[in-house]
Amino acid sequence: MHLVMVALLGAATSAASAASATPAAAADNRGQRLYASCAGCRGTAGAGSGNSGEILPVLAGQPKDALAASMRAFRTGERPATIMQQLAKGYTDEQIELIAAYLAAQPGPAR
Amino acid sequence: MKRRHFIGGIGALASLGGCAATTATSRRHVVVVGGGYGGATAAKYIRLWSVGAIDVTLIEPHAMFISCPLSNLVLGGSKQMTDITLGYAGLARHGVRIVRERAAHIDFDKQAVLLAGGQALRYDRLVLSPGVDFLWDQLPGMQRTSAQDTVLHAWKAGAQTVALRAQLEAMIDGGVFAMTIPPAPYRCPPGPYERACQVAHYFRRAKPKSKVLILDANEDVVSKGALFKQIWATRYAGMVEYRPGFHTVDVDAAARTAISELGDKVQAAVLNVIPPQRAGAIAAQGGLANVNHRWCEVDFLTFASTRAANVHVLGDAVFAAPLMPKSAHMANQHAKVCAGAVVDLLSGRAPNPAPMLTNTCYSFVSDREAIHVASVHAWDAAKKTLLVVPGSGGVSGAGPANALEAAYAISWARNIWSDTLSQAAEPSVYRSRGVR
Repeated sequence: MHLVMVALLGAATSAASAASATPAAAADNRGQRLYASCAGCRGTAGAGSGNSGEILPVLAGQPKDALAASMRAFRTGERPATIMQQLAKGYTDEQIELIAAYLAAQPGPAR
Repeated sequence: MKRRHFIGGIGALASLGGCAATTATSRRHVVVVGGGYGGATAAKYIRLWSVGAIDVTLIEPHAMFISCPLSNLVLGGSKQMTDITLGYAGLARHGVRIVRERAAHIDFDKQAVLLAGGQALRYDRLVLSPGVDFLWDQLPGMQRTSAQDTVLHAWKAGAQTVALRAQLEAMIDGGVFAMTIPPAPYRCPPGPYERACQVAHYFRRAKPKSKVLILDANEDVVSKGALFKQIWATRYAGMVEYRPGFHTVDVDAAARTAISELGDKVQAAVLNVIPPQRAGAIAAQGGLANVNHRWCEVDFLTFASTRAANVHVLGDAVFAAPLMPKSAHMANQHAKVCAGAVVDLLSGRAPNPAPMLTNTCYSFVSDREAIHVASVHAWDAAKKTLLVVPGSGGVSGAGPANALEAAYAISWARNIWSDTLSQAAEPSVYRSRGVR
């Protein structure tokens, strides 16, 4: 499982690097633009605030499926929250998938 | 980019004649006016999303960014100004050129911004994020000499915040702090009510015989009403008095007295007047403030002005879509929709046809407890505006305001400062008193 995840992350990261060499094409920047609506609380490109002692986990580089599952669990109310249940209800399944794919392709904190 | 977008003074501007459609270089140039939550975010994201292909100049006269969010905690005594003051170096690292001057005038025909110092800056697209200006003419007594030094607004964080805190510290125990609230819309709908909580928090500790009197021109608490009223009735019972429908039309500053349109006069030991507001003056030029001469109407797909070509307006200056507050978070969100559209349009692409925004707004009700309101907004193609997504959003749940939300509120501040400025907060924020 761990190896598979690393391999997936590696593939996603190279794809992102290739895409960033040229101005983003309109077709594949939807996840990036949608995630920007989350960045006020979770940092540009999911990187968090860059401060030590941050209480929220960094989203960049996390597995896509785990991110999408979290959002859906917030939306149904299955996962407890103060604010995320209210925000998650604003996004469709397709939008959640796009955001999760974008975040999974961003460089995580380990790099 | 350096200085090649400067085209000299007014004479040089005139000599450009009718060649406004061409630029001196092939690179596109965006000028952003105003380095608050809206303008700073727009400048950064245009650089990011164009992958450095678009030159961006940010015009901002202040050397430092002082956050309005959390500034009420300075009044309450649990934060210091250093905790809410950040710099612009992070934007410079993104290649944003920062011009520390005031934008004085816009020549829409020649697509140029004239700076107070006389220089002109040509733009391919202009982004205005000028915040609000105060309508002092609606409070005649505030236009008298030194009135504005005596009766403070503290509605733009900075020297006024420090001075109002000093007035609170100097006030005798048993005094009344009165705050007037203008009719909505105004900057930061829950801000006045948070301020009432913060002053009450300070009084509880330091001046327990004192009172907080809220004189609200609106008929009810504008934001998080049930939550604030519950807190005033419990935590601050006997200390906070809420008086709705008190529309302040004049102020006797020397007597620290607010006067309502019905002629009621309220005298206070410390009088804090939040004045009625409109879009910042630079955006009011050229008829951009086309809604009641106060707010700027925009196309919410791009935040383009409905009055001037190649000009975008965002943040508090905008005539808001339904249920869209004038908040720092919302200005940050406007900026990203606008930045995306500017990059797309200057790259010959159609802008994103389905933009989405969120609003998240925390209010501290003491030094360590907070409440929130949140919403998600999406483009409605039929109604051609941004509307709250049905079923999304809400406020803090029932039960007492809590420390977990305060921790999230501080996290929000750190993250939005980072997203807006690419600048970590001063370390003192994390070591300071109260919430962490």
